[in-house]
Amino acid sequence: MFVFFCPHCGENREEEEFGYGGEAFIPRPATPETLNDDAWGDYLFMRKNPKGWHWEMWSHNTGCRKFFVVKRNTATNAIAGSWTLSDGRKAYDAEGGAT
Amino acid sequence: MTSFRVRRPGARIDFEKPLSFSFDGQPYSGFAGDTLASALLANDVRMLARSFKYGRPRGIVGSGPEEPNALMQIEAGAHTIPNLKATQVELYDGLIARRTTGYPTLEFDLKSIGGLFSRFMPAGFYYKTFQNQKLWPKFEHIIRQAAGYGSAPAEPDPETYDHSHRHTQVLVVGGGASGLLAALAAGRAGLKVVVVDEQKECGGWLLSSPHSIIGGKTADAWLKAVLGELQSMPNVEVLTRTSAFALHNMNLVLAVEQLQDHLPLGARSAHRPRQRLHRIRAENVVLATGAIERPLVFGNNDLPGIMTASALTTYLNRYGVAAGKRVLLHTSNDHVYQGACDLVRAGCEVVLADARARVNPAWEKRARAAGVDLRLGYGIAYARGGRAVSGAQLVKLDAERNAVTGKGPSIDCDALGSSGGLSPTVHLYCHDGGRPHWDDEKLAFVVPATGRAKSRIYCVGAVTGEFGLQQALEQTQRTIGDLLASLGKPAGTTSATDVHTDEPASVPPRRIFRIPDGMREGHGKKAFVDFQNDVSAADIHLAVRENYRSIEHIKRYTALGFGTDQGKLSNVNGFAIAADARGISIPEVGTTTYRPAYSPVTFGTLAGLHADETFEPRRYSAMHACHVARGAEFEPVGQWLRPWYFPLPGEDMHAAVRRECLAARRGVGIMDASTLGKIDLRGKDVREFLGRVYANDWAKLAPGKCRYGLMLDENGMVMDDGVTACITDDHFVMTTTTGGAARVFSWLEKWHQTEWPDLDVYMTSVTDHWATAAIVGPKSRQTLAKVCSDIDLSPSAFKFMDWRDGTVAGVPARVFRISFSGELAFEVNVDANYGHHVWEALMDAGREFGITPYGTETMHVLRAEKGFIIVGQDTDGSMTPLDLDMAWAVSMKKPFSFIGKRSFARSDTAGPNRKQLVGLLTEDPEIVLAEGAQIIERTDIAPPVPMLGHVTSSYYSPELDRSIALAVVRDGINRRSDEGRKTGRDVLYAHAGGKAHKVRLVSPVFIDPKGERQNV
Ligand SMILES: [Zn+2]
Repeated sequence: MFVFFCPHCGENREEEEFGYGGEAFIPRPATPETLNDDAWGDYLFMRKNPKGWHWEMWSHNTGCRKFFVVKRNTATNAIAGSWTLSDGRKAYDAEGGAT
Repeated sequence: MTSFRVRRPGARIDFEKPLSFSFDGQPYSGFAGDTLASALLANDVRMLARSFKYGRPRGIVGSGPEEPNALMQIEAGAHTIPNLKATQVELYDGLIARRTTGYPTLEFDLKSIGGLFSRFMPAGFYYKTFQNQKLWPKFEHIIRQAAGYGSAPAEPDPETYDHSHRHTQVLVVGGGASGLLAALAAGRAGLKVVVVDEQKECGGWLLSSPHSIIGGKTADAWLKAVLGELQSMPNVEVLTRTSAFALHNMNLVLAVEQLQDHLPLGARSAHRPRQRLHRIRAENVVLATGAIERPLVFGNNDLPGIMTASALTTYLNRYGVAAGKRVLLHTSNDHVYQGACDLVRAGCEVVLADARARVNPAWEKRARAAGVDLRLGYGIAYARGGRAVSGAQLVKLDAERNAVTGKGPSIDCDALGSSGGLSPTVHLYCHDGGRPHWDDEKLAFVVPATGRAKSRIYCVGAVTGEFGLQQALEQTQRTIGDLLASLGKPAGTTSATDVHTDEPASVPPRRIFRIPDGMREGHGKKAFVDFQNDVSAADIHLAVRENYRSIEHIKRYTALGFGTDQGKLSNVNGFAIAADARGISIPEVGTTTYRPAYSPVTFGTLAGLHADETFEPRRYSAMHACHVARGAEFEPVGQWLRPWYFPLPGEDMHAAVRRECLAARRGVGIMDASTLGKIDLRGKDVREFLGRVYANDWAKLAPGKCRYGLMLDENGMVMDDGVTACITDDHFVMTTTTGGAARVFSWLEKWHQTEWPDLDVYMTSVTDHWATAAIVGPKSRQTLAKVCSDIDLSPSAFKFMDWRDGTVAGVPARVFRISFSGELAFEVNVDANYGHHVWEALMDAGREFGITPYGTETMHVLRAEKGFIIVGQDTDGSMTPLDLDMAWAVSMKKPFSFIGKRSFARSDTAGPNRKQLVGLLTEDPEIVLAEGAQIIERTDIAPPVPMLGHVTSSYYSPELDRSIALAVVRDGINRRSDEGRKTGRDVLYAHAGGKAHKVRLVSPVFIDPKGERQNV
C-alpha cells in the first residue's frame, strides 16, 4: 500500500484515497481521422509497461479529485516523486521523455 | 507416565490455578499459563494426530507457530476454529479441543494399514494421478476426509472484529531480548515506539531460558526491569498477543491482536471485538523476529515424543513440563547445551549426542559438570518405538564427511529432542521484495545485519544470524545506534553493561541436515522433512531423480512446505537435501518466495467491520420511508437500495409486477428515480464539452429541452447513457446510469483535466441533492395537473423531451417530460429534502386514477418491451451504437472528432458478423428464457457448438401476455431483416439448463414501434 504526496493538497495520504489513472503523457491525437489503424491502435492499446521507472497518473478520488503525475518504479515500488500534470510534463521532458 | 510436572523457578505456570479442558471428549486438567500443547504434554497425551499420507502417529514437535502436527479444532458450533496449533492456544477453563486428523479415529487410521495410501501416494501423487482432471472431483472428497485438517463453522460468525490504523516512528516486531533492547533504546531517545509480540507476554527465548544473565540480572529480572521502564514511557506502547503477519511496501505492517481467544467462551464480552487488525504505518521498522530451531532428519524422526530440542527446553523451563524421564538430545550446534543442563537439574537422565567430534569447550565443561552424558561424533540412524519413541540407534559419524564410520550404541529414551540449527524468521523482511542470503558458517538463510536502510527497515538479533545472546544484543545496540543517529538523536541510550551476558561465545555448527544411516536414501527407515505433508528425504531424492531442478518445482512436486506451518521447520532441511542430491550448494538451490501471511489470519479479522449491514455504505433515496411504509421489497443497485416491487397482501413477485406493469401502461404508475446519477455542468464551454464526450450533437439543444445521449469510450463502445437537459446556454444537467455515476464523473474529469483544461467547464455531482419521482402512464398528466398549477402541461406547450421549472405540491420543481417506458411520463425533480413530501402528494393526487408505485423489476419489463437498453446488462463493453441499432444517437457531422468516433472505422469495429442487439420471441410464449442463455444455430451437432450470442434481458410481458427477450447475436440485424426472414436465418435456438428452445429474431421494440404513446 502506497503513501502518495498529492501536489494539489500538499499532503502525504494513504493509497485508499487514490485511484490509478494509467500511463501518463499519452496525448490524444489532434486529428484522429488522419491516423491509420495501426497508429490509432497504438494510441488506444499500446502501453510501455516497463519493469522499472514508470510515469503514471493517479487521481485523488476522495480528496481534491485532481489528477497528478507519479514516477514509480514498477519493480521496486519506489516512488521518485509526484507533480501536477504540467510540472510532471516538464520533469518528464527534462529526462528526455524516457522511462 | 513419561512426562511429569516440574516446579521450575521462573516458569510461567500458576500451580495455584488449575484449569480443566477436554481433548477428543476426554477430560484433562492443566494450569493457568499453559498452552493446550503444554497441558496435553503434561497429561502424557503423546499421539495427537495421524499423518497426511501414511496415517503415522504424530505428536507435538514444536512450541510455537512452527508446530506442524498438533492441529486442533477448538470449540464447537459457531465458535469453532479449525487448525489452530495447540502450541499457540492458551489454555482456559472449559476449553474443548478435537483432533483434526485420523480417519476414522485417531487410534485406528485406515491409511496406516500396510501403507495402504502410501502405495498410491508417492511424491508427485497429485501431479501424476490427476493429470486427467476428470478424476479429481471423484476423489477429492475421499482424500480430503482421509487427510483431515478440520472443518470450518457452518453458522455465521457470532463475533465482531475491528481495524485500527496506527502511525508510529518506530515499530519493533518481536519482543524478545533484541526487540526489547531496541524499543528501550528508541524509547529513551524520545521516539514514538510500538512493540508487537505474538505471545501473551514479551520475552521470546528468554522465557525459555530464565536463568541467563543479562546486565548482571537474571533474564527474568531483566525482563521485569525493561518492561517496567517501557511501560513508564508515554511514547512507547507494547502490544502482546499481536502477530505481525505482513509487511507491505512503504512500511505498512499488518498485525492481528487476539483480544478474547484466550478467555473461556462464557467470559468473553459481546461488546469487545474478538480480534483487532492493526494497520501500522511505521517511519522505521525494526525486525526482531528471532529464529526457529529446525530438527535433524533421521529415520523414524516423526515418532511422538520426538521434538525440537528448543521445544523440550521451553516446555521444561517455561511451562514446567518435562517431556520424559530419559531424554536423548541430538545436535549439530551449541544451542541445546543450556537446555541439556536444565533437564538434568530437573531430574532427567540426559544423553546428548553431538554430531561434532570436537565441540565448544566452554559448553562441554558445563554439560559434563551438570551430569550430561555427552557422546561426541555420533548421529541418530533411526529412532525406535511404536506409538511413542522408546529409543534410538546411534551411529559413529566421520568427522569430515557426512557418512557413517561405525555402529554406535543403542540408547533407550522416552523423549528425544534434536537441533539442526536455527532458521531466522526472515518472512517479513522478504514480503516486500527482500531476499535472504545463505550464511555458510551459520548454516542459515539470514537477512543483512544492516537491514534495508533505504526503506528504513532495520534487522536486529537472531534474524540476522546472531544466534548467541551476547552477540545478538551487541548487534542490536549497534543497529539501533545507527537508526537513532540517522534521525539526529543521541545514539548511546544504552550502555555496554546493558548487554553483558554470561553466555559462552558460540562456535560454528556442523554442516549436517540429514543424518546418514549407512544406507542408500529410500532404503532405510523413513526420515521426514515435512511432517504435515509427509514429505520424506527419499521423496526429495525421487523428485530430483525425476528431473525436477528448481526448488520451486521440487516444493510443488513433493508438497514440501505447503502445510499450515508453511515450512517453518522443513524448508531449510528440504533445500539442503535437494542440494546434496543434486551435488550443488544450498544457495544454488535457492530459496523460495515468502508471501504474506506469516501465519494464518481469520477472514473475519481481514473484513473487520466491513461485514453484513456495514459491508459497504448503503445509500437510500429521500423517499425510502415511503416505500417501506408500502411494503416494498428492495434490491441493491450498486450502493443504493431500490424498491424492487410493491407486493399487495397475497401477491408474489410475478403477480405484483404484472399489476404494476398494466397500471403504468393503462392508468398511472409512479417510480422513485432518485438514484440516477446527476452531474451539474456549468461554464461557457459545456456545450462543446458535451459534444466531445457524447456521440450525439448538442449544438442546437435549446434551453428548456433535453436529449438522450450515448457515451462511448475511445474504442467506440457504449459505456453509459442518459438524458441531459439544457438549463441555459452555459448550464446543463446530465443524468447517468445509477451504477455508472461515479465512473462517469471520474471519466469526465479525466478528459477535462488531462486533455481539455482550456475548456470552461465546472462539474458537480448532484445525485444526492435531488429527489426524483417518475409518473408514468396515460393518466400521468391528469395526476400531475392536480399538484402543479404553474406549468402549462398541455401537449402543445410541454412537448416530449421538454423540461420546465415550476411548483409541484408547493415545492420548487424541475419537471422533465421524458420516458423510459414508452408511455406519457413526467419526471419530477425536487430538492431531496422535499422528496418524501412530494412522493406522498403525488400518491394522493393519483389516488382517483389508481396510481400504482412500482420498482426496478417493472421498470425493466417496461423498458424491455420498448427495446430500451440497460448499459451493462444489454451491453458489455464490446457494443458500438451501430451494434445496438442506435445510429440515430450518433452525429458523424460534428466538427470535433468525439470520443470513440475514430474507432468506428477500425477494421474489427466496422467488420461483418458482429454481435448485435435483437429481440427474441420463443416459439412457446410461456417460456421465459434464462438471461445468459447461449444462442446457437442448430441442435443436431456435437459439441463444441458455435456460440452466436446470448440472451441479455428476458421477462414475461403482461402487456403482450407472452415472454420477450433481448439478445446479442452475430449478424443479428441482418438475420432479423426481411431478407433474413426469407432465408430462415432468423430462427435459432437459445440453450440453457440443458434445454434448447426455438426462438425467432425480431425487432427489439415489442410495443408501439412508432413511439406514439409517449407523444400524446
Ligand atoms: Zn489532493
